[in-house]
Amino acid sequence: MTENNQEKIGVYVCHCGTNIAGVVNVQEVAEWAASKLKHRGVVIAREYKFMCSSLGQELIEKDIKELGLNRVVVAACSPHLHEKTFRTACANAGLNPFLCEMVSIREQVSWVHTDKVAATAKAKAMIAGGVERVRYNSPLEPLMVPINPATLVVGGGIAGIQSALEIADAGHHVYMVEREPSIGGHMAQFDKTFPTLDCAACILTPKMVSVGSHPNITLLTWSEVEKVEGYVGNFTVTVRKKARKINEELCTGCGICQEKCPKKVIDNVYEAGLGYRKAIYTPFPQAVPNRPVMDVENCTYYEKGTCKACEKFCPTNAIDFDQQDEILNFEVGNIVLATGYDLFDARRVTNYGYGRLPNVFTSLEVERLTNAAGPTTGNIVLRDGKTVPKAVGIIHCVGSRDRNFNNYCSVICCMQSLKFAHLVHERTGATVYNFYIDMRTAFKDYDEFYQRVLEEGTLFVRGKVAEVSDVPRTEREKGKLIIQVEDTLVGKQRRIPVDMVILSTGLEPRKDAKEVAKLFGISCSVNGWFIEKHPKLDPIATMTEGIYIAGCAQGPKDIPNSVAQGAAASARVLGKIEQKQIALEPIRASVIEEKCSGCRICNGLCPFNAITFHEDRMVTEINPALCQGCGTCVAACPAGAITGTGFSNDQIMAQIEGLLMLNVDQELAVA
Amino acid sequence: MTDSFEPTIIGFTCNWCSYRAADLAGTARIKYPPNVRLIRLMCSGRLDPTFVFKALANGADGVIITGCHPGECHYIEQNYKALRRFHLMKRTLQGLGLEPGRVKLIWASAAEGAKFASEITAFVEEIRALGPLHWGKNGSAPSPTVEAVQEKVEVPA
Repeated sequence: MTENNQEKIGVYVCHCGTNIAGVVNVQEVAEWAASKLKHRGVVIAREYKFMCSSLGQELIEKDIKELGLNRVVVAACSPHLHEKTFRTACANAGLNPFLCEMVSIREQVSWVHTDKVAATAKAKAMIAGGVERVRYNSPLEPLMVPINPATLVVGGGIAGIQSALEIADAGHHVYMVEREPSIGGHMAQFDKTFPTLDCAACILTPKMVSVGSHPNITLLTWSEVEKVEGYVGNFTVTVRKKARKINEELCTGCGICQEKCPKKVIDNVYEAGLGYRKAIYTPFPQAVPNRPVMDVENCTYYEKGTCKACEKFCPTNAIDFDQQDEILNFEVGNIVLATGYDLFDARRVTNYGYGRLPNVFTSLEVERLTNAAGPTTGNIVLRDGKTVPKAVGIIHCVGSRDRNFNNYCSVICCMQSLKFAHLVHERTGATVYNFYIDMRTAFKDYDEFYQRVLEEGTLFVRGKVAEVSDVPRTEREKGKLIIQVEDTLVGKQRRIPVDMVILSTGLEPRKDAKEVAKLFGISCSVNGWFIEKHPKLDPIATMTEGIYIAGCAQGPKDIPNSVAQGAAASARVLGKIEQKQIALEPIRASVIEEKCSGCRICNGLCPFNAITFHEDRMVTEINPALCQGCGTCVAACPAGAITGTGFSNDQIMAQIEGLLMLNVDQELAVA
Repeated sequence: MTDSFEPTIIGFTCNWCSYRAADLAGTARIKYPPNVRLIRLMCSGRLDPTFVFKALANGADGVIITGCHPGECHYIEQNYKALRRFHLMKRTLQGLGLEPGRVKLIWASAAEGAKFASEITAFVEEIRALGPLHWGKNGSAPSPTVEAVQEKVEVPA
């Protein structure tokens, strides 16, 4: 094809409004391409305001039909944005979509350069590169692979629960993997939810029960994903089901073992360190599944070799001290990651005294204090367990919007603080101060709640708290916690004595978010949240096909938004399942057997085991179903016997030539 | 060399990390000099050393290769293979008389648009300090002088 000069290439330069045209002289570029690249096969070069618009696409389609174009180069935005658009336009006009090449003159030129002349010259060079490359593009057919209708949901918080239920209700199987002994996530720890003050358990537990009893859901709690292999439609997942030391089949969840267990342990997870649990426990009464877990590190039997009280009293002989971790393998087509967040460790802000001053509490501790099922049965009291505070200070933005910790806004803390203000006021009658930087009460009915709390008489001080101290300067401050703050609305330093301080701690990515991201082949943002495919238009998918994200794993968000994202993720999964099969990019390596000398250099390079060596014929073969298209073997083959579709040596060499055409050999570009 | 020397640099980027970092730098409007022209590969492991030789032989003054951070490769571990090849290739190029600073390998994740831009900026300055390479096409005559090129391409100093 490339030898007989039969290419008819169309070059389309997009203005993208002024996004490109404001920096690159698009008209000059198009005229240059039409004249100087004519001898390279360019028969038409056009510029248009928005190539991605339907009119822009029609322009291309019309030229393909009327001028008989057999190659198309679109100089516009990044291929990650509109490659599909233009490939589809080509396909509509009867041209194989893989004969269309995109040149990113927006992200790589107009948006990052200011010198208009240099930017225009670079755009020309890049188009020359694209034209040279497209000459060697070959028509390809996408690889069709079937989609396994089962789905894996990782994380049993509200986002994961919503996602799992949507998919299961639609009639498809879901595997839900949760690290903790019960699903429910952080929401199960809360007392009330803003702005409606619904009881969190009342609205969450029915959903948890649905997950636990759903015929289409396999619930794996106290389990973690260890390995993920494969690709969209065909993932193989390995899960470690940690030993509960309980035979789940025999256990009825009666709770006698927990009653009889003599060992009390501080519950740092569910009760946020404020309460106790036993060494054999279910984290909370409404836990799903209602099956206890044995805490091997604290159990007296594992420590001393005797006790076994739980075994003695278990009416169904369900206790199994010898139970081992179980490794499960199953196949799924899509994966939803809803792994949630970690609470910012308030100890890091040393000047607020958390961990040092007993009556400084974190938001999660207050959630447990206010919860009727919590350690104080819902009484808001100081650390001594009995004193009701008369004055309470709530500090916003702890660990958030602070360049010493996290720059970002944790989204939920303003509303959470208002909720605490309301609850403290309602239940103790205490004077409540809110110390805020800015009040952020966006979303439905949130600002109305703020107005309500204002009317209730909560006091608001605008300023970042400098210090929480227990060192009094006056009589009035004796025995109190003193909040030192600059009131920026009055322009004065203030010292406000209170009995209790609540730190509205921010949200952080899970400590192991990076490892989890690696496990699933996705990436994390600079702050550590999972990166979505597009921040605005696709906050659900990831760069890795078949992997979706929901809830706080993607970034801080409240319950309604987590639910919405969980549901959205399942809509995407259901869409994929309904397609029954999926088209994969046909970027694959293959061996030209005649050229293969059997040197086996490539054999050790493939991490996907796609390369096999045939001893009998002394040649290597690549399994296209396993090949992921990285091209490492293509680059390694000393004989050039391995070809990589989409990114062949010819294509890249030609692109290099094209990119450098302007510098080295001006004559080349003269028609 | 002279203040007016504008180097030409070819960059090979991984589709999954640094190409997206370049996209991100664009979306965030982070500025960097226009001397680098990028080629997208699916993985830094796809980089055949002959691509680098070709780029230098065709008039590039420097080559930058960008891949995912160690341990974050989209294809599990192929960036390590790129690293391995890079060191070998660098030795070969030095054997051919090339300054070692003309080829560079950096890691940039999809989130590191700012890092990508600053690495490019730094590399352009490093190459500017090294001066033009003057490797003629097909190893024959040296490439036209920078001034001549600029005149033709209308790139001002």
